[in-house]
Amino acid sequence: MNTQLHLPWLELSIACPVVAAILCWRLKNENAARSIALISCLFTLVLTLGEWFDFKSLGAFSARDRSSIVFLVFGTEYFVIDELTAPLLSKVALLFGLTIAATMQSKAGRFSVVRTLLAEAIILAVLSCSSPMLLCLLLALSTILPWHEMRLRGHDTSVFSICMSLHLGLMVVGTMLLWLGHDRPLLSNIAASLLVLSAMFRAGIFPGHFWIVDLFEKCTFGTAILYVAPMTGAYFIMRLVFPVVPIWALHGIAVLSLLTALYAAAMALVQIEARRFFAYLFISQSSLVLAGLELANPIGMTGALCIWLEIGLSLGGLALTLRAAEARIGRISLEQYHGLFDQMPHLGSLFLFTGLASIGFPGGLSFVGMELLVEGTVEVYPLVGTIIVLATAINGVALLRAYFRIFTGSRHVATVSIAARPAERVVTITVSLLILAVGIWPSGAIRSRYHATESLLEHREGARTVTSTKEEAINVTQP
Amino acid sequence: MIMHVCALLVVAAPAALVLNTGLSLLLGYRLSERSLALTTQSIVSLSAIAATILLAMMLMTDQVQYTLDLGRWVDLPVEHFHFSFTFLFDRLSIPFVILSLLLCGVISAFANRYLHRDEGYTRFFLFFVIFLLGMVVTSVAGTIETMFLGWELVGLSSALLVAFFHNRINPVANGLRVWTIYRFADGAFLFAALVLHHLTGGGDLNLMMGPKPWPENACIIEPSQALVVGLLLLVAAAGKSALVPFSGWLPRAMEGPTPSSAIFYGALSVHLGAYLLLRVGPMLEQSPALQWTIILLGGITALYAGLVGRVQTDVKSALAFASLLQVSIIVMEIGFGLRYLALIHIIGHASMRSLQMLRAPSLLRDHRRLEDNIGYSARIKQTSEPAFELTPLRTWRYRFAMERGYLDTILDEWIATPFLNIFRWFDGLERRLVKLLSVRDRRRAAMVASKTDEMESS
Repeated sequence: MNTQLHLPWLELSIACPVVAAILCWRLKNENAARSIALISCLFTLVLTLGEWFDFKSLGAFSARDRSSIVFLVFGTEYFVIDELTAPLLSKVALLFGLTIAATMQSKAGRFSVVRTLLAEAIILAVLSCSSPMLLCLLLALSTILPWHEMRLRGHDTSVFSICMSLHLGLMVVGTMLLWLGHDRPLLSNIAASLLVLSAMFRAGIFPGHFWIVDLFEKCTFGTAILYVAPMTGAYFIMRLVFPVVPIWALHGIAVLSLLTALYAAAMALVQIEARRFFAYLFISQSSLVLAGLELANPIGMTGALCIWLEIGLSLGGLALTLRAAEARIGRISLEQYHGLFDQMPHLGSLFLFTGLASIGFPGGLSFVGMELLVEGTVEVYPLVGTIIVLATAINGVALLRAYFRIFTGSRHVATVSIAARPAERVVTITVSLLILAVGIWPSGAIRSRYHATESLLEHREGARTVTSTKEEAINVTQP
Repeated sequence: MIMHVCALLVVAAPAALVLNTGLSLLLGYRLSERSLALTTQSIVSLSAIAATILLAMMLMTDQVQYTLDLGRWVDLPVEHFHFSFTFLFDRLSIPFVILSLLLCGVISAFANRYLHRDEGYTRFFLFFVIFLLGMVVTSVAGTIETMFLGWELVGLSSALLVAFFHNRINPVANGLRVWTIYRFADGAFLFAALVLHHLTGGGDLNLMMGPKPWPENACIIEPSQALVVGLLLLVAAAGKSALVPFSGWLPRAMEGPTPSSAIFYGALSVHLGAYLLLRVGPMLEQSPALQWTIILLGGITALYAGLVGRVQTDVKSALAFASLLQVSIIVMEIGFGLRYLALIHIIGHASMRSLQMLRAPSLLRDHRRLEDNIGYSARIKQTSEPAFELTPLRTWRYRFAMERGYLDTILDEWIATPFLNIFRWFDGLERRLVKLLSVRDRRRAAMVASKTDEMESS
C-alpha cells in the first residue's frame, strides 16, 4: 500500500486536539479553554475534511500520510485512511466540535475540555489505526477517560470496569493468539471466538450492554455521548473480527445483534428516565448496524454503513438536545410531562427531527439505509428480517413517547428564558441541514458506502482464502 | 412536454412548500399568518390546476396512463437494487390526487380563519403541508417504496396534528396511541413492500401489477404469494383506515383541531387504506381467500361502526363512526372487485364528510337557523315513557356500543400491558444486577441513609 496523501492529514488531525489539550491543561480561565477547544475542533474538522477530499482525489482503497513522522520513526504505517473511515473521521470531528459548542457555561466545571480533547485524539487515532496491536492499545486508552470521570464524580465503576476488562482482556488474548496461530487453524478459531466475544462487550450486544446504560447514568452526558457515538466497537469488528471469523460465526452475531436491537427497543419504551431511554435507543440502533455489518452481504452491509454514518449525527443531535434540556431543568424523568416545547421550540423540533431521522424516517439517510438493511437481512434469513421492522416500529413509539413527555403535556413555567442559546441554535441548524442534505441526495453517500463494502468483502475474501489454503495444507501434511 | 411539467408540478410544488415552511422554522425567520396562508393556498391551487390540466390532456389524447420518471434516487446495478422516483398518473391516482388537493385547499382556507392568532398557527401549517405532501406522494406513487415514503409522512403528521393542543395530556396521549397503531401498520407495509420487491425483482407497481393500466391490470405473482403479501397490506390498510381491531384510534383523533379532524377521519387519511387496497386490487383478486378476508373485515367493521355510532353523544364522534361505516363498505366493495364503484364512493364520501366536519362546530347555529326558517321547533319531544322495553340483549348491546366494542381494552390488556410488563420486569432485573455490582454506590447510599437517620434522631 504505497498510495500517499498529499499532506500528513491524519497525524495533524490527531495532533491538533492533543496540542490544544496541552494548552488548556493549566489554564484557569474556563472560557479561554473552551475557546481554544472550539478553535482546535474547527481545525481538526478542516483537517479531516481535507484528508477525506484528498483521499477521494486519489481514487485508492486506502492511503497513508505523506512525510509521516510515525513512519519515519517506526518504519511502519500505523495510520491509514480508507473508504470505510474517510467520512467517519469527519463525522467524529464534527460531533466533538458540536458537543463542545453546545456546552453551557454553567456546566463548564463538570465537563472537562482537556479530557474531551484527548478523547477526540484517541478516537481519531482508533479510526485511523491499521495495526491490530496499536488498535488494542488505543481502545484500552479510550476506556480510561470515562472511567476516570466516573471516579472523579464519586460513582462506582464496577459495571464499566468489568465489561471493559472483559472486552480488553479477550481482545488482547484473541489478537495474540491470532498472531501466534497464523498457521494453526485451531488456534485461529479460538482467537476468532475470543475476538467475537470481546466485540460483543465493546459494541454493547446483549448481555454486554450493561455498561452503556451505566455510563449514561454516571458520566456527564457529553462524555457518554462522545464515548459511544463514534461506535468504535463496530470499527473494532470491521478491522479485527470481520476479516478472520467464519461466516457462520458472523451470522450468529448478526442474529444476536438483531435480538439485542429488539430487546433494547422494548426496554427504551419502558424507561422512566430520559438518559436510560437514550442509552437503550442507542443500543437498539447500533445493534442494527452491527447486524447489517455481520451479514456479510453487500446490500445489508451497505445499509448498515449508511445507518452507521447517519446515527452518529442524528443520535448525536438527539443527545445534544436532551443534554441542553437537562442543563436547564436537571435530570429528566419520563414519568411526568414537562411541557418544554413552548419555552424551547427549537430544541423540541430538533429532538423530533433527529430522533425520526435515526430510526429511518424519510428525510434522513437511514430511510434508504434501513431499507437496504432489511433487504440484506431478508436475503440471508427471510423471517429474521421482521425483527428489524419490529425494532424500528417500537423505537418510533418510544421516541414519540419521550418527545411527548419532555416537550408537551403541560406548560413549563420558568422565571427566566430557557430558550436555545445562539450556539445551540447553530448546532441545531448544522445538524438538521446535514441530515437533510444527505437524506435528500443519498446516492453519493450510498455509492461511497457500497464501494467500502466491496473493498471490505474483497479484503475478507483474501484473508479467508489464505486461512483455508493453510488449513488444506495442514490437512494434507497430517495423514 | 406540457404533461411532464404538469406532472412535475403536482409533486414538486407540495415538496417545495414543505421545505419552505420547515426551513423557515428551522432558520428562525417567522412567516406571518398572511404569507403562510397565501403560500399554502397558492401552491395547493397550482398543484391542483396542474393535475386538472394533466387530466384534461390525457382525456384529449386518449391516454390512460402517464408515468413521470425522475430517475433513480439510489442505484446499485450489480445488486439489482434501485430506488426510483416514479410517479404514476392514471384513472385511479388522478381523481384521488385532485380530490386530495381540492380538500386540502378548502381546509387550509378554513384553518386560516379557524386558527387565526392561535399560538400554534405555524406549527399547524407545517404539519398540514407535510400531510399534503404525504397524500400527494402516496396517491401518485409509481413504486411501492415511494408509496411507503408518502405513507410515513401522512402517519407522522396525523399523529402530531392529533396532539396539536400539546399543553394538555389527553391530546398528547391520543396522539401517541394513533402513532403506535400507525407504526405497526407501517411495519406491515414495509415488510409487504420488501416481499413484493423480492418476488417481482423491483418495486415498480407497473412491474407488479402488469403492464396494462388500472383497472384492467393483472398481477403476476402466485395466489399463495398474493395471500401473504395481501394479508400484510390488509394489516397496513386496517391501521390507516381504522378497521377492526384498530378502530379505537378514530374517535380519539378528534382531540385535534376541527380542520385536521376534517382531513383525517372525514376525508383523506381514513380513505388511504382503502386507496392502498384499490391500488393493489389486481393482487387481491389473485387469491379468493384474501378477497373473502377483506369482505369479512369490511363487514365486521361496518357492523361495529353502525352499532357504536348510534350511541355517540357528540357530533364529532358520531361523524367519525359514520365515516368508518362508509369506509368499511368501500373496503367490501374492493373485496368484491368493484373498483370503479369504490373509487366513486371514496370521492363522494370524502367530499360530503369534509363539509359535515367543517360545519360541526357551528351545528347548533345551523340548527337554529333551520328552525327560524321553518318557523317551529324541530326538537324531538321528550317523554317520560321509555320508547322500548329494556331486555338483557339490548342492555348488552348498549354497553358494548358505549364501550366502543371493548377494542381498546382488549388491545391494552391483552397485548400492550403484558408486553410492557415483561420488559418492566427485565428493567427491574437489570437495575438490581447493576446495583448488586455497584458496591461503592451501595456503601455511599448506606452512609447517606445512616447520616440522615442520625440527623433526624438528633
